[in-house]
Amino acid sequence: MSRYSPEEKVKIARHPDRPGTADFIDALFTDFFEQRGDRLCAEDGSILGGIARFHGRPVTVIGHRKGKNLEENLCCNFGMPSPEGYRKAQRLMRQAEKFSRPIITFVDTPGAYPGKEAEKRGQGEAIAQCLALMSALEVPVISVITGEGGSGGALALAVANRVLMLEHAVYSVLSPEGFASILWKDAARAGEACGVMKLTAQDLRRGGMVQGVLREPEGGAHTNWEAVFRTVDAALTHELAALDKLRGPALARQRYDMFRAMGQNLAPAEREEP
Amino acid sequence: MNQTFSRRRDRLLTYRAMREGKITSSRRTGCSACGEESASLEWERNLQVCPRCGFHAPIGAYYRLANILDPGSFQELEEKLTPADPLSFPGYRSKLSDLEQSTGLKDAAVAALGQIEGRRAVFAVLDSRFLMGSMGTAVGEKITRAAEYAARKKLPLVIFSASGGARMQEGIFSLMQMAKTAAAVQRFQSGGGLYISCLTHPTTGGVTASFASLGDIMLAEPGALIGFAGPRVIEQTIKEQLPQGFQRSEYLLDHGFLDRIVPRSQWRAVLAQLLALHEKGGRT
Repeated sequence: MSRYSPEEKVKIARHPDRPGTADFIDALFTDFFEQRGDRLCAEDGSILGGIARFHGRPVTVIGHRKGKNLEENLCCNFGMPSPEGYRKAQRLMRQAEKFSRPIITFVDTPGAYPGKEAEKRGQGEAIAQCLALMSALEVPVISVITGEGGSGGALALAVANRVLMLEHAVYSVLSPEGFASILWKDAARAGEACGVMKLTAQDLRRGGMVQGVLREPEGGAHTNWEAVFRTVDAALTHELAALDKLRGPALARQRYDMFRAMGQNLAPAEREEP
Repeated sequence: MNQTFSRRRDRLLTYRAMREGKITSSRRTGCSACGEESASLEWERNLQVCPRCGFHAPIGAYYRLANILDPGSFQELEEKLTPADPLSFPGYRSKLSDLEQSTGLKDAAVAALGQIEGRRAVFAVLDSRFLMGSMGTAVGEKITRAAEYAARKKLPLVIFSASGGARMQEGIFSLMQMAKTAAAVQRFQSGGGLYISCLTHPTTGGVTASFASLGDIMLAEPGALIGFAGPRVIEQTIKEQLPQGFQRSEYLLDHGFLDRIVPRSQWRAVLAQLLALHEKGGRT
């Protein structure tokens, strides 16, 4: 299925012409109403979200936004959210649950922003609250990793009932550069890191972290947006129909159990409890 | 009673004898914060807090529990849980077994049932001697099982964090422990459970961005580095030097992320008060 090396996939996943959250919203949804601000202190452009219709049905859609040119990049901080972005996402998800709307997220970020203000306002707390909130939502949640799934900043929007990944997207504990610099004190060994990190969609599918891999056109998603949109549209339609069969508490349980099982089979639980 | 346990017990008995003045020694220990040397005995009497500058040096999980719990109340949970090597990462297995030899720990977390002033609770403690207390699958699983055990037994949950974040050698499996542990403590809390999160030096990365930030009560030791991104990464990103005290406990308290800063000698008293305050209303 894959003729590209992990290192090549990282390049494709970061390609500037790859469709982003705003493009997916334009193509797959109608009637998009953007919701802004965290209601605490700020608006963060690096997370785009709002209400829209998916095949006529109201849903909440949220995703990372990188921007397509330098001006947009700067507005969206290159897709690296601050706590305000994650708190806006939480606000939108709570509303989605209140109004029984399914949630669809698009994940594409190098990671949460490692900045001074972000730390001051509790980047760690903001991400942690996203994880806790998403784990218990009683509406269907589907995440699509479209480009870079960078670390906790990506996971914060990806605690879903179904996590889907585009064929050449990557998802990892840290960027390959960061990984190499932490483990080998040498960011230049990023290429080598790509090889050992198991960050491709195929690796993640095998590991059980991803439930579906979505085919990309020859050369990568940037070569034919229409084909990608068709694939993602079909996958979302299919998964949503499957999740519609579950009631609220069952959706939360299925999601919890899925993440609960990750890395569970290490040692038997103790038989005799004190 | 395995070998590591008896080794641990011997060490604790030695510590106790030192504290009670039954053993004397001329050994001296330097402080990694102020650089000053003090008598090792004095460090020990001070619970490994620098007698000169008050720096709270990182301490092991068993040592911490021994200083907090009622004597004789410690019952380890999930002692057999061992780490895995899901990426078959070069050199990782031998590193794990070396660390098991040198620290007596199987991985970076210890879970236990214990009592403080007769009040039972479930404790989980991260140990920074083991790969910086980083969270791989074994740590994530132990935290999760501790939360599940506390839920089953209707007991409060107290977690002491000390961690560099995610365990790089376990890659994406490590990242997923963030979701798993956050979900587990959230489920425990929404069932009425009291979760007290205690942050110690250093608590960063994926641990800060998951269970460690979700306590009903948030406490920290003085001067602990607490953040998502490490200071070095931030400085490289913003190309400026960070101010003194940035991301320290006192800074987090000022910015609304902590309820209180607790010096090491006061943990027992503060936890006893909180457990007592929640005795009736904590669980139904």
